[in-house]
Amino acid sequence: MTALLQARNIAKHFGGIRALKDVSLTINAGEIYGLIGPNGAGKTTFFNVITGLYQRDGGDIVFAGQPLHVESPHEVTQAGIARTFQNIRLFAEMSALENVMVGRHLRSKGSVIGAVLRTATVRAEEAAIRAKATELLAYVGIAGKAGVRAASLSYGDQRRLEIARALATEPKLLALDEPAAGMNATETAGLRALIEKVRTDGTTVLLIEHDVRLIMGLCDRVAVLDYGEKIAEDVPAVVQKDPRVVSAYLGVPYEQ
Amino acid sequence: MMQDQKKKVLGIALIGVALAVLPFVIGMGFGNAWIRMLDFALLYIMLALGLNIVVGFAGLLDLGYIAFYAVGAYIYALLASPHFGLHWPLWAILPVGALIAGIFGVLLGTPTLKLRGDYLAIVTLGFGEIIRIFLNNLNAPVNITNGPKGIAGIDPLAKNIEIFGYPLHSLYLIYYLFVALALLIVFVTMRLENSRLGRAWVAIREDEIAAKACGINTRNVKLLAFAMGASFGGVAGGLFAGFQQFVSPESFGLFESIMVLCMVVLGGMGNIPGVILGAVVLTVLPELFRQWAGPMQMAVFGQTYIDPESMRLLLFGIALILVMRFRPMGLLPSSRRKAEFEHAEEGAQA
Ligand SMILES: Nc1ncnc2c1ncn2[C@@H]1O[C@H](COP(=O)(O)OP(=O)(O)OP(=O)(O)O)[C@@H](O)[C@H]1O
Ligand SMILES: [Mg+2]
Repeated sequence: MTALLQARNIAKHFGGIRALKDVSLTINAGEIYGLIGPNGAGKTTFFNVITGLYQRDGGDIVFAGQPLHVESPHEVTQAGIARTFQNIRLFAEMSALENVMVGRHLRSKGSVIGAVLRTATVRAEEAAIRAKATELLAYVGIAGKAGVRAASLSYGDQRRLEIARALATEPKLLALDEPAAGMNATETAGLRALIEKVRTDGTTVLLIEHDVRLIMGLCDRVAVLDYGEKIAEDVPAVVQKDPRVVSAYLGVPYEQ
Repeated sequence: MMQDQKKKVLGIALIGVALAVLPFVIGMGFGNAWIRMLDFALLYIMLALGLNIVVGFAGLLDLGYIAFYAVGAYIYALLASPHFGLHWPLWAILPVGALIAGIFGVLLGTPTLKLRGDYLAIVTLGFGEIIRIFLNNLNAPVNITNGPKGIAGIDPLAKNIEIFGYPLHSLYLIYYLFVALALLIVFVTMRLENSRLGRAWVAIREDEIAAKACGINTRNVKLLAFAMGASFGGVAGGLFAGFQQFVSPESFGLFESIMVLCMVVLGGMGNIPGVILGAVVLTVLPELFRQWAGPMQMAVFGQTYIDPESMRLLLFGIALILVMRFRPMGLLPSSRRKAEFEHAEEGAQA
């Protein structure tokens, strides 16, 4: 098993709040890795640090064998990490198709001059972007919604669209921040199938989720954060029985 | 498909003919003053389309846009007037003006990259004023801009000529020059709108963090928007200088920036036909009122109660309020969604 992402002693604080305290974890290529923890545990902060949205205060990250430069988010995306957001961030006034087309930005290179002259290369590239985006909409199961304004999609479809847009960047690691939040049971089942398909097709998945059944059924390994600290990391069945995890969720102090 | 192609060609041909005869119709009907106004409308179209890239596409509220118009105008004034004794030809000056204005666009953009909304508006407003104040004061120790007096005697864009014995006023030639450049700018803007970069601009407008997460280098793409918008402003400024044959800092105040912004907003931010309509309406209507408000009051009341100039501003304000109340998206809102929808249908049929 090869490690895809190795985070070592990641620290992040906001003023007095230590949102991440020396968090280390390793995500292997090809797995679905769960990140759970009570509200405010630091899960989203961890995402923001590895995707370059926040600058970390300590620790280092190795991604695909290379130290990850997280000075700016677009470089992280370039390196192969794509993400979705806990409170969906779509380009509201653009159509679903255009949203995914934006995701191709990095993997295409049309310049100002190319666009103005509409050279053969640029036309071919545009057609390829459109075809790829159309294909991805079908892949996540919203092929019929290509022309719909992102803001008018249903909640579940918006989550799917965000995944399609992230996949458009051709990531090695897809990081999903609570993708099932607000979904009903049917939608969650569909999402689960989608995440499994993504993994089968070769993309490693990092998943933050509160839905315990989804995590337990889907993830190969799970890490638990509590008050910015990693308190457990193992296969779901073991993590579920870990007394520290149980007390973190129930709010009971753990007696050593 | 063929049908569509034919319709498109026919449409373009009709617009071409209309644009070609327009000045003659207007000239015969209303006189040269109106052709002059038409020329001004074209200048404002170019300006508004430039600002539309920054504000309409990329969503960066720029209140100092007129500074780039000023840069273009002074470049023309310095390179084609007795002031330095230089008399460069138009075709050589315009690219220089566009380039230098574009550089100014990057200079303004760089320190404001982290700012958005109100903060960006305040900083750009300051930038616009700084440029104007510079132009006002760069007459000492070395006299570059001739200060508040401005630069006069600028080489004209065109002279009156005779065609087959018929005299043709220079305003007509200037009109054709402006139409050609305005069409070029419309063309470039349209091509950019439906490109990888156009999408990146709109993505930044809609959600900058998500745009970054999609791998867009927001710094470069924003600077490009500033540079493109500024260079259009620079071209329009150069034409303005040659048209008026006189420039002074007074022409480039905050009110002008706001006026151009109003054209963009009133017409329909981000939508090219909307912005063009906004520019035409806001050039022509105020002028109409200025010309008619006085005589009309005389005819009705026998004397002038309200000075036409202040009435013009009053009506301008009322018009803006009405548009914002009844058509908050502008007169012609963006058809982005509609176009995309049609495309999807087309795809489904194929
Ligand atoms: N930008 C910020 N500024 C200040 N404090 C922050 C910021 N972002 C996160 N925090 C704090 O860091 C801690 C961890 O927050 P984070 O959003 O990472 O939690 P989470 O595990 O994602 O929680 P949830 O399950 O509710 O999404 C919280 O105490 C939060 O208030
Ligand atoms: Mg969170």
